[in-house]
Amino acid sequence: MTECVECGAEVSLHDDLEAGEIIDCTTCGAELEVVDTEPPVLERAPELEEDWGE
Amino acid sequence: MTLQIGILYSRIRKDEKLLLSELRERDHEVIKIDVRKQEFDVGAVPEAFADLDLVVDRCLATSRSLYATTFFESYGVPVVNSHETADTCADKVKNSLALEGAGVPTPETSVAFTKETAMDAIEDFGYPCVLKPVVGSWGRLMAKIDSPDAAEAILEHKATLGHYEHKVFYVQEYVEKPGRDIRVLATDGEPVAAMVRSSDHWITNAAKGAETDVFELDDEAQELVRKASDAVGGGLLGVDLMETEDVSESHSEGSQTESGQRYTVHEVNHTVEFKALDEAVETDVASAVVDWLEKKAGADDDQLEVTV
Repeated sequence: MTECVECGAEVSLHDDLEAGEIIDCTTCGAELEVVDTEPPVLERAPELEEDWGE
Repeated sequence: MTLQIGILYSRIRKDEKLLLSELRERDHEVIKIDVRKQEFDVGAVPEAFADLDLVVDRCLATSRSLYATTFFESYGVPVVNSHETADTCADKVKNSLALEGAGVPTPETSVAFTKETAMDAIEDFGYPCVLKPVVGSWGRLMAKIDSPDAAEAILEHKATLGHYEHKVFYVQEYVEKPGRDIRVLATDGEPVAAMVRSSDHWITNAAKGAETDVFELDDEAQELVRKASDAVGGGLLGVDLMETEDVSESHSEGSQTESGQRYTVHEVNHTVEFKALDEAVETDVASAVVDWLEKKAGADDDQLEVTV
């Protein structure tokens, strides 16, 4: 568990967490980026950029 | 053979997690390289990259992908996909030119640099036709133009509000497809797996919520995938095809159309996403990709030995 940086609600994290992964806050819907895993640190995820894709 | 493999990324999607998991299960040493935190020096090879056997470009941002692949090639570190492939696939104009030049059937396309000439191109195609950004993905900012009024409005918006690349107007015929298109993941032209993406919307992209299902490629489609891959320089690619007639009907008749062509290739993607494909097919896509990466790294080692 860690805290959503947007709304402060508790966010549950899965076991195979990866830095760079995006998780959603189930309370406020914010997209959160995992910037560290030990211990887990979340930041608000970057907004979609125009040249993103595959 | 244990490899040291760099993964270039700025976001770890499910696709990257599948790759990371497969690589680690095979005991390869994975070096995650967040391009947002990385400096790329001109000339000097950063120490952290010196022992890499291979770098896999999974950059989310096209601009970063293009520069990062250039740097790794300048450092002499093999990168998948190559800068040449990335450069061709990242730009729809270059993509179309490469496909056309290789004799791969692709939708008729015209490019114009002003609203006026773009309008002429649209009128030449007739309605509906399609306007796409030259750089972009996931079906974003694509416009199906149904009328002159709509065309004028979209061109005005693009010319006034857009990035300079939006002033390169990429106009394409509207292909009447059967509510679906085909995504093939291929490694150097060899299909790994394929799926159809179906939707009531004219954009049948998985990122837009299209439903997916496994698709068995016939000989013609396989050949087109090989040719399309070669046309853009090969690599780990997502080749997108549309059926230009009812393929299942053609199969039952056991023959091709009079023109001998049932598909058109509209795009080849160089940082292909495969989570939807992995769920749609029985093939373990990540495993097949890592098999190919291992061969690729091994082949590059062999080449180095021969050179030395």
